[in-house]
Amino acid sequence: MEIKVLKNIMHANQQLAEENRKFFKERNIVAVNVMASPGAGKTSTILKVIEALRDKVNICVVEGDIASSIDAEKIDKLGISVVQINTGGGCHLDANMIRTVADDLKLEENSILFIENVGNLVCPSSFDLGEGIKLVIASVPEGHDKPFKYTSMFQEADVIILNKMDLMPYIDFDRDSFYKGIRALNETVPVFEISCKTGEGLPAFVEWLGNKVK
Amino acid sequence: MHEYAVTKNMLAVALEEAEKAGAKKIIEIRLVIGDLSTIIDESVQMYFDFLTEETIADGAKLVFKRVPAVFQCKACSIEFNKPAKGFDCPQCGAMGAPTGVGREFYIESIEVE
Ligand SMILES: Nc1nc2c(ncn2[C@@H]2O[C@H](COP(=O)(O)OP(=O)(O)OP(=O)(O)O)[C@@H](O)[C@H]2O)c(=O)[nH]1
Ligand SMILES: [Mg+2]
Ligand SMILES: [Zn+2]
Repeated sequence: MEIKVLKNIMHANQQLAEENRKFFKERNIVAVNVMASPGAGKTSTILKVIEALRDKVNICVVEGDIASSIDAEKIDKLGISVVQINTGGGCHLDANMIRTVADDLKLEENSILFIENVGNLVCPSSFDLGEGIKLVIASVPEGHDKPFKYTSMFQEADVIILNKMDLMPYIDFDRDSFYKGIRALNETVPVFEISCKTGEGLPAFVEWLGNKVK
Repeated sequence: MHEYAVTKNMLAVALEEAEKAGAKKIIEIRLVIGDLSTIIDESVQMYFDFLTEETIADGAKLVFKRVPAVFQCKACSIEFNKPAKGFDCPQCGAMGAPTGVGREFYIESIEVE
């Protein structure tokens, strides 16, 4: 006997993600799923935003990593509530992991929750966490062709950062091609060019994000 | 890379549907997967064989229906299969955009007894 199913393969994850989304929404928590390749500047960006916004908004962080707690320690040093998830080799976070740590965070209403995903431009895009904002960070030394190779990531982004702008003079990075790829996939997504090293461009992104909490 | 987690999710859906129908055995699972989903069929099959041990899906056959990614040209509107490199329209050279075809990721049906 044939049974018609027509259900998304990720059905179980999506159901949990919807529960997370409701949980965050009820408390006016802006959950930001931070996705990028290894070393693009996820932790650096989070640290910069914490510095700029901590006096105005409560901020918490979930650090997803394959095995270490290096990034979580950097956040903890600032006195910011942080929970480490080690995926034990897994290439992404999933909705269930976020649900199990949500209670460990000092999540106040009206706050920002950064979720640093595992460094990877492929797998995290398949796993909805229940976030409100998908932030994708590309960085200059990775090259301008990333939107063409990792289409899902750039297509689904709610906001894109191009980090390490200070390195532009040293890298053959074709900005036109980068933007062409992004605009083909995602016509209206805001793109912020920043440098975590010089601080260039960060205020504009911080303002954009700060406005999401009200 | 994430085929293990994907396979686990997929099996959960199939088992739930089979149970609802009171089935004793799952013989076949038919999947529809767009080429933009980053999944390797052989890898799913490998995890599937391992994960289904001692379930009613043990020994079931996985059938993959692959859907090519279709883009639409923003200038001349023709639809075309995404070229291996870039998103350019083969007719006029302008940039194409994804249509949604090629992002399928669902279980179409299962065969049970
Ligand atoms: N020159 C320059 N270096 C940067 C910038 N942002 C980050 N870096 C450096 O890039 C390296 C990686 O930065 P991280 O913030 O740890 O990157 P990440 O994405 O969190 O890395 P993983 O968590 O390991 O995937 C560090 O050595 C940073 O100091 C930037 O804007 N300019
Ligand atoms: Mg990091
Ligand atoms: Zn055309």
